[in-house]
Amino acid sequence: MGSITLKNVSKVFGAHAVIPSIDLDITDGEFVVFVGPSGCGKSTLLRLIAGLEDVSDGEIIIDGRNATELPPARRGLSMVFQSYALYPHMSVRSNIAFPLKMAGEDKAAIDKKVEDAARVLNLTDYLDRKPRQLSGGQRQRVAIGRAIVRQPEAFLFDEPLSNLDAALRVNMRLEISQLHQQLKTTMIYVTHDQVEAMTMADKIVVLNRGRIEQVGSPLELYRRPDNLFVAGFIGSPKMNFISGAQAANHQAHTIGIRPEHLVLSKDHGTWQGTVGVAEHLGSDTFLHVNADGIGTLTARVSGDFAVTHGDRVFLTPDPQRLHRFDEKGMAIR
Amino acid sequence: MATLHTRSAARLMIAPSVLLLLAWMIVPLALTIYFSLLRYNLLMPGMEEFAGLSNYTYFLTDPAFFQAIFNTLAIVLGVLFITVAGGIGLALLLDQQMFGQGIVRILVIAPFLIMPTVAALVWKNMFMNPVNGLFAWLAKLLGLQPFDFLANAPLLSIILIVAWQWLPFATLILLTALQSLDEEQKEAAQMDGAGAWSRFIYLVLPHLSRAITVVILIQTIFLLSVFAEILVTTNGGPGTQSTNLTFLVYAQALLQFDVGGASAGGIIAVILANIVAFFLMRMIGKTLEA
Repeated sequence: MGSITLKNVSKVFGAHAVIPSIDLDITDGEFVVFVGPSGCGKSTLLRLIAGLEDVSDGEIIIDGRNATELPPARRGLSMVFQSYALYPHMSVRSNIAFPLKMAGEDKAAIDKKVEDAARVLNLTDYLDRKPRQLSGGQRQRVAIGRAIVRQPEAFLFDEPLSNLDAALRVNMRLEISQLHQQLKTTMIYVTHDQVEAMTMADKIVVLNRGRIEQVGSPLELYRRPDNLFVAGFIGSPKMNFISGAQAANHQAHTIGIRPEHLVLSKDHGTWQGTVGVAEHLGSDTFLHVNADGIGTLTARVSGDFAVTHGDRVFLTPDPQRLHRFDEKGMAIR
Repeated sequence: MATLHTRSAARLMIAPSVLLLLAWMIVPLALTIYFSLLRYNLLMPGMEEFAGLSNYTYFLTDPAFFQAIFNTLAIVLGVLFITVAGGIGLALLLDQQMFGQGIVRILVIAPFLIMPTVAALVWKNMFMNPVNGLFAWLAKLLGLQPFDFLANAPLLSIILIVAWQWLPFATLILLTALQSLDEEQKEAAQMDGAGAWSRFIYLVLPHLSRAITVVILIQTIFLLSVFAEILVTTNGGPGTQSTNLTFLVYAQALLQFDVGGASAGGIIAVILANIVAFFLMRMIGKTLEA
């Protein structure tokens, strides 16, 4: 059904290789998230798969067929855009019906499919409105509706939540995950937000400068990052990196320890430091500690651990959760 | 402008310009109405006398009057059709990425900057002239009889000349509208399986509807009073075949020296223009609200 394979795919704009060469397998029904900092080529990669950009080299195989030269409409994919890209002069109903109308389906079948999609997405009451009369979340759902009526092989999402406010983003994240459970269709989701990637993905593809840094399940990436980039990108707050003498003690060029894997104490521990800023979230507190001879470390402690600016604390890294990296930034295992 | 005080202050502030504009409009209008009720001929100075509505009956029963109304409408509708259709086509072409885009765009805009008399003379003498014109030369090249445009199809020739002048304006407005079309919408339509023609019908044309309305409105205002092109090419002829209302009023006043009759014609033209404006505003109101 919706398996997608990229073989040696590259994209060059002028003299600049946005994507040098990528191989990737996406199996049917997977929720894959492309994540990376802005300008890492994740959107370009999605657009290559969609057919909105031509590949410079390599092959894209969708559902066993070579789709490299196929126009976007014939690839059996549908896409949700960052700006939703709804047709402003059409009602919600016409928007959702548009791909079916273009496919030349008869009116009764179109009506039924639109009603079904509207029911799934809670849009039944809004079918006769125009997009500008809808809120951001509703527009988002219309865009998703327009994507699902075609019953595509796979859905492509290009940063669909970045225009929503924080609370709505959490809601829509959940809704998209639920939709994936319901439809069991392959979904490819592009985001720069590692929280979205961690919460939604079956498989995360971490991209950096057009290269794949690591592919794996969210917990794999969290527990066993392949390199410094992935270690720093996945996880919030960011992993602490320490180099120099402390790293040499562990036979590494750099060592990394996540804020949640530092044990704090007021009287004993491996490293000593002064609390710079304490961010209280209620359940947790993020401490930014100026550790003597090491630099600033971020630590995550229970909300009950009462310290304030200027207090002396001791930090002990959990030796099981210590990540070691060589001078090229690759993990030592 | 929230409080009563600021609102009345605002009214006070704009009052002088409102009064000035009112006077600017009302004085010529009142004078024209006054002249239209006089027997006022330039050949008989000092003999003006009250003539009642006879100037109006004279103008309205003139056989040239209905021809002029028809010609005026033909010019407006003909030019609108050519410029809107051609403007959309040119805008679509100019929207494509191509070599020398900037220069081509400037060339396209050029006709708009040429004054009407010059443009009409260029067309008359260099293109449509049956002896020296480019079209005659082309016809002869193909072994055909040269066609005397201005003598045999005067109205069509004038429509062509005026359309050529207004095409850049329509193109320019439509091009800017076209460029404001969201790229992602086009891509979404592409993903949805819409071909180039469907994208044009369902996406581009509705997006352009406002710009098209603006083009129609502005052009209608100017096309109702086309004059220079007629004066320098056909002089309204042959006969009255290319006389529009503006030209008829001019002929009445300055060729037949009948200021009274011309004033009556002017008032009739004002009334007709207002009728056109009424329908136009209703149409536009609908599009611009949506």
